[in-house]
Amino acid sequence: MVGHLLEVKDLEVKFALRFGDLTAIDGISFILDKKEKLGLVGESGAGKSVTGFSIINLISKPGYISGGSVTLDGVKLNDLTDSEMREIRGNKISMIFQDPMMTLNPVLTIATQMTETVHAHRNVSKNDAMDIALDKLKKVYIPSPEKRLFQYPHECSGGMRQRIVVAIALLTNPALIIADEPTTALDVTIQAGITDLLSELCETDDMGLILITHDLAVVSQVTEKIAVMYAGKIIETGLTEDIIKNPRHPYTQGLIGSIPGTQEMGKRLTQIKGMMPTLTDIPKGCAFHPRCDIGEQICRETTPLLESVDGEKRLIACHIAGV
Amino acid sequence: MFAFIIRRIIQAVIVMLVISFIGFSVQHSIGDPVRDMVGERVSEAEREALRDKLGLNDPFLTQYFRFVKNACYGDLGISYFHNKPTMHVILRKAPATIELIFATTIIILLITFPVGVYSAINPNSWFSRVVMGVSTIGVAVPVFLTAIILIYIFGVELQWLPAFGRGDTVNIWGWETGFLTKDGLLHLILPSISLASIMLPLYIRLIRSEMMEVLETEYIKFAWAKGLNRYRVWLLHAFKNTLLPVITVIGVEIGILFAFTLLTETVFQWQGMGFMFLEAVERADTALIVAYLVIVGVMFVVINTLVDVIYGFVNPMVRITGSK
Repeated sequence: MVGHLLEVKDLEVKFALRFGDLTAIDGISFILDKKEKLGLVGESGAGKSVTGFSIINLISKPGYISGGSVTLDGVKLNDLTDSEMREIRGNKISMIFQDPMMTLNPVLTIATQMTETVHAHRNVSKNDAMDIALDKLKKVYIPSPEKRLFQYPHECSGGMRQRIVVAIALLTNPALIIADEPTTALDVTIQAGITDLLSELCETDDMGLILITHDLAVVSQVTEKIAVMYAGKIIETGLTEDIIKNPRHPYTQGLIGSIPGTQEMGKRLTQIKGMMPTLTDIPKGCAFHPRCDIGEQICRETTPLLESVDGEKRLIACHIAGV
Repeated sequence: MFAFIIRRIIQAVIVMLVISFIGFSVQHSIGDPVRDMVGERVSEAEREALRDKLGLNDPFLTQYFRFVKNACYGDLGISYFHNKPTMHVILRKAPATIELIFATTIIILLITFPVGVYSAINPNSWFSRVVMGVSTIGVAVPVFLTAIILIYIFGVELQWLPAFGRGDTVNIWGWETGFLTKDGLLHLILPSISLASIMLPLYIRLIRSEMMEVLETEYIKFAWAKGLNRYRVWLLHAFKNTLLPVITVIGVEIGILFAFTLLTETVFQWQGMGFMFLEAVERADTALIVAYLVIVGVMFVVINTLVDVIYGFVNPMVRITGSK
């Protein structure tokens, strides 16, 4: 087997509800190599975050992984016990959350929240843990880190807090970072700082990155690969450059067309009509067909498979554009 | 810290002035102490002379300011019934009440925190369901009913525990304590359980719902994602945040605990301040009533300040130190 860093295969996540199970993630697969950065893109409700959480098996109840596999460095994570999984979390795979204002515990010092992660995964002394924490704070360019360590989250600004969260994610030199909308809650100037930092760290520290976001602009700056998700499925995936320049799936085209600046001056922005379907009433056939402009009869009946086109590194799930 | 203390003292003074003013107005307008002090055969002229001597004919505000001035020197008047300084009477009764409240608090803390936290972590276990069901009933049962039922079961039918009084006490530097004798401790069991019973359901539900809310937050999710030991997530990350609203409620509820000592002490013939207060009301011993209100007011203010200080230690955002 080739040594991929992360291999997600036919992953399926369901939510057990009173009236039956709802499928949130419907058999998605992707591969990530060392130093590679993958963007998971889609509207809210597409299942991006659930995908991120299911990789570290931390989906909130009543969600559960109902099928497929996640393999990290050749280790199948599905087969691990709770305590073995705990060893992976925050150690080999770190997560960065959306809102830095909510991610840090308000009643514990930065030092506590950093060193506890080190102690959970490494057998080191208190002083060594402190040194590691200090080192990582320096790495994310936090000014006067010695002072920050003994402050509480509320004493730091939003951008500063997200840097601290990134520093926490780095504490154990993870092989993979899953960043769930890491810049959404920050203003634009700080956004750039955080995304630059993440790309730089992937390069210097040999890490893989999964960037979950709805912001195609951010994805195009940071990642090499994109997977576009819609209603729990990947509908188009390939190299970032190819997809941004030449989107094939009508949904991807709609997403890119709706970014300001991609259209000619003076023209209206294109807009995808309608809303993402909720999990309870995902349409039969292609889930996107009610909103699609080029849909035909077949789209209403059969679900398109994710297939490669033109022998490119591009996979598309569409009856029309995929041919 | 210094600014905090100054602010707290000013607040306390205002609170005490309000309490004493209300108490004093009540004393002033109900009952005629002279009638209670002297017999039927004393003439009206002699009564009037006594009123003059006691200053009862002075204008209301003059009397009030005299009362406040004396109170500052620790003189809260003379109990008409006991014919002794009210301070003296109350301080002799205080240990019984304070020990009752102390034991009750211990019971509340020892039961509600573990049960509340457990049922927040395992909301669907049978234990949590039973606790929730029982606590719904518990909220509705009044304290005197609980007390009477407990007396009937453990005092009358089973004869395991004494049903009234404080039992043997030991005097340590003027403090009559029941904590040091087996008999005293046995006597403490039923009253403190009865008094605790009004608070148990409330705190269990409060702690449970606050903890469940905290467990849903992003920072708890992040703590799981960091791969921390589950007990660290529950007992440090979640519990410390759960404490904040709970401490606030405790500060308010302590006043209610004081109020319920009246009922508990009466049912159990517990010779404390609450029992004394009800006796004073029956005897229209107004000076003693007002003194009780003032002293309980002081205790309440002191305890509330302590609660605020503890809150400041738990919540860094209101940390009261002005240092650095």
